[in-house]
Amino acid sequence: MSTTLFLILCLNGLQYGMLLFLIAAGLTLVFGVMGFINLAHGVQYMVGAYLAFAYVQLTGSFMLAVILSLVTALILGLLLEHFIFRHLYNRDHLDQVLATFGIIIFLNELAKVIFGPATLSIAPPEFLSGSIQLTETLRYPIYRFVTIFAGLVVALGLYLTISFTRIGMLIRAGATSAEMVSALGVNIQRLFMIVFGVGAMLAGFAGVIAAPIFAIEPGMGDNILIVAFVVIITGGIGSIGGAFFAALLVGLIDTLGRSLATEILSTVFNPSFANQIGPALASMLIYILMAAILVFRPKGLLPAKGVS
Amino acid sequence: MDRSLVTAAVLFGLLLAMPFLLPLIGSAYLSGLIIKAMLLAIAAISLDLLIGHGGMISLGHAAFVGVGAYATAIALENGVDDIFLLLLITLAVTGLTALVSGSLALRTSGLYFLMITLAFGQMIYFTLTSLAAYGGDDGLTLWSLATVFGSNVLQGGNGLYYLVLGTLFATWWGVYRISRSRFGRVLRAARDNPERAEVMGYPVVRFRLIAYMIAAMIAGVSGLLLVQHAEFVSPALATWQRSGDLIVVIVLGGLATRNGAILGAFFIVIVEEVLGSFIHEWRLIYGPLLVLMVLFAKGGISHLLMPKGAKGYAS
Repeated sequence: MSTTLFLILCLNGLQYGMLLFLIAAGLTLVFGVMGFINLAHGVQYMVGAYLAFAYVQLTGSFMLAVILSLVTALILGLLLEHFIFRHLYNRDHLDQVLATFGIIIFLNELAKVIFGPATLSIAPPEFLSGSIQLTETLRYPIYRFVTIFAGLVVALGLYLTISFTRIGMLIRAGATSAEMVSALGVNIQRLFMIVFGVGAMLAGFAGVIAAPIFAIEPGMGDNILIVAFVVIITGGIGSIGGAFFAALLVGLIDTLGRSLATEILSTVFNPSFANQIGPALASMLIYILMAAILVFRPKGLLPAKGVS
Repeated sequence: MDRSLVTAAVLFGLLLAMPFLLPLIGSAYLSGLIIKAMLLAIAAISLDLLIGHGGMISLGHAAFVGVGAYATAIALENGVDDIFLLLLITLAVTGLTALVSGSLALRTSGLYFLMITLAFGQMIYFTLTSLAAYGGDDGLTLWSLATVFGSNVLQGGNGLYYLVLGTLFATWWGVYRISRSRFGRVLRAARDNPERAEVMGYPVVRFRLIAYMIAAMIAGVSGLLLVQHAEFVSPALATWQRSGDLIVVIVLGGLATRNGAILGAFFIVIVEEVLGSFIHEWRLIYGPLLVLMVLFAKGGISHLLMPKGAKGYAS
C-alpha cells in the first residue's frame, strides 16, 4: 500500500462524497421543509445524466449541455411538483412512497425505451480532460478535481443562501413549522415549489457531472438514492451541514473500504478468508456506520435546529 | 355474516379447486402463475401486519424473503433436505436477522424507520451478492429440493401447489387471529397514538419488535417456498424494488383488511401478465397507474367489494 495510492483513493472518496452531497442536499431539504419522502429523487439524478448525454449528442458542446440539462431538470422538477407532488404533501408517507415509486418505474422504463438498456458514456470536455501532476508519482484527472470544486461551490452557495438570505430564513422557519410560516402570510406553496425545484436541479446537476465518470444506465439512480438516504440519516434530516459532512464521510469510508478491506483483513486472517469476507464487509461499511450513529446519536451527527 | 368472510371463502374455494379445473383448460403455465401470486400474497400479508396494523412502513421487507430463500438454499446445498428442518432453519435465520435489524431500526419511527429498513434491506442485498460460494450476483440453481419424510411429493405438481396454498391459508388465518388478539389491538393503538399506548403501560417497542420478527419469519417462509417452486435463488429477490412491489400489493388490496393482500397480489400478477402480453414495456403504463391510483382511488380493492359504511380500517 503506497501513499500515492492512498492519496488517490482519498481524492476519489472526496469526489464521490461531493456527488452524494449534491443528491442528499435536495433530498434532505425536501424532507426537512415539507416532510415529504421523495423516492424519485434518485431517478432525477439519472435524468440529469441522460439529459447531459442527449444534449452532448445534439450540441456537441459539454458546457452548453450542462446548462441545457440544468434548465431541463429544473423544468421537469417543477412540472412533477405541480402535477403530482403538490397533491401529496398532506397525505401520509405511504401514499408518497407509492406515487414516487410509480414515477421511478415509469422513468426507468422510459430511459430504457429511448436510450436502450446498454450503458452509455460521454467524454469529459476537451479542456478538462487532462490530468494534473500533484507529486512526482501522482497524477489526477482535472475533471475529477473540477467535480470536487463544483460540489464545494454548491455547498458554500447553499450554506450562504440558507443562513443569510430571506428565502433561506423562510426555509429554516418552514422546516420548524410550515403551518406557522403560512399563517404569517408567506406563500408556502411557492416556497415548497422553489425548494423542490432547486432539489431536483441539484440532483440533475449531480447526474450531469457524474455522466463522464460513471456509466449511464437505466436504474443508475436507484442505488445512489439509498446511499443518499444513509447520508441524510447519518447527518441528520433537514440539515445541510450534516448532509455535507456525512456525504464526505460516507464517500471516503465507502471508497477506502472497497479498496482496502480485503488488504486489511488479510493481515489478520488467512488470505482466502479475507478474499471472501472483504468485499462483503466493504459494501456493508456505510450501513454499519449508519447503525452505529443511530445507536449513539439517533438524530444524526449535526441535527437541524428545531426539527422534531 | 361478514362480507369479507364470504370473499375469503370464495377465494380459497376457487384456489382449492384449481388443480381439478386447470387440467380441463390444460394449462401448467396458469398454475405456475397462481403459485407465484400466492407466494406474493404470503409475503404481502406479513407486510400488512407491519404496515397496516403496526403503522411501521418498511421498505426492506423483501430482504427477508431473500434471507429465507438463501437460508433454505444454503441448507439444501449442504445436504439438509427435510422440509421441517429447513423450515426451522429458515425461521431461526430470518427471526435472528429481524431481531438484530429490528432492534436498531425500531429505535426510530416514521420516515427514519422507512429509510433505515431501506438501508438494512440494501445491506442484506449486498451481503447476498457477495456470497461467492453460492452464486454471488448470478444466483444459484438448486439440484436437490426439500423432501417430506424422504418423499418428493412436494417437489412440484399438486403437492407443491397444496403446500403453498396451505401456507397461504395458515398465514391468512394466523395474521387475522393475531390482529384480533390483544397483541394486535395494542399494535394498532400504538400505530394511532404511540404515546398513549406507552402511557397505558404497554412497552410499544417490544410489541413492535415482536410484530417485526413475526412478519420477517413469514416472509422467510415465502422465500423457502419460492426456492422450492423456482429451484433457483438469486439476490434479485431482496432488492428494494421488490419491497416496493409488496407495498403496492397491500395498498392496492386495502390496508389492514382481511383479504386485501391476497386480492392485491392476484391483481398485480394478472395486470403484469395482461399488460405484459400486450406490450413489452408494460411498466410505462404500470408506473403512471400507481400514481393515478394514489391520487384518485383510495382504500384498495377490498373496499370496492365492501358495502358502503362497512367497518374496517383504511388509512
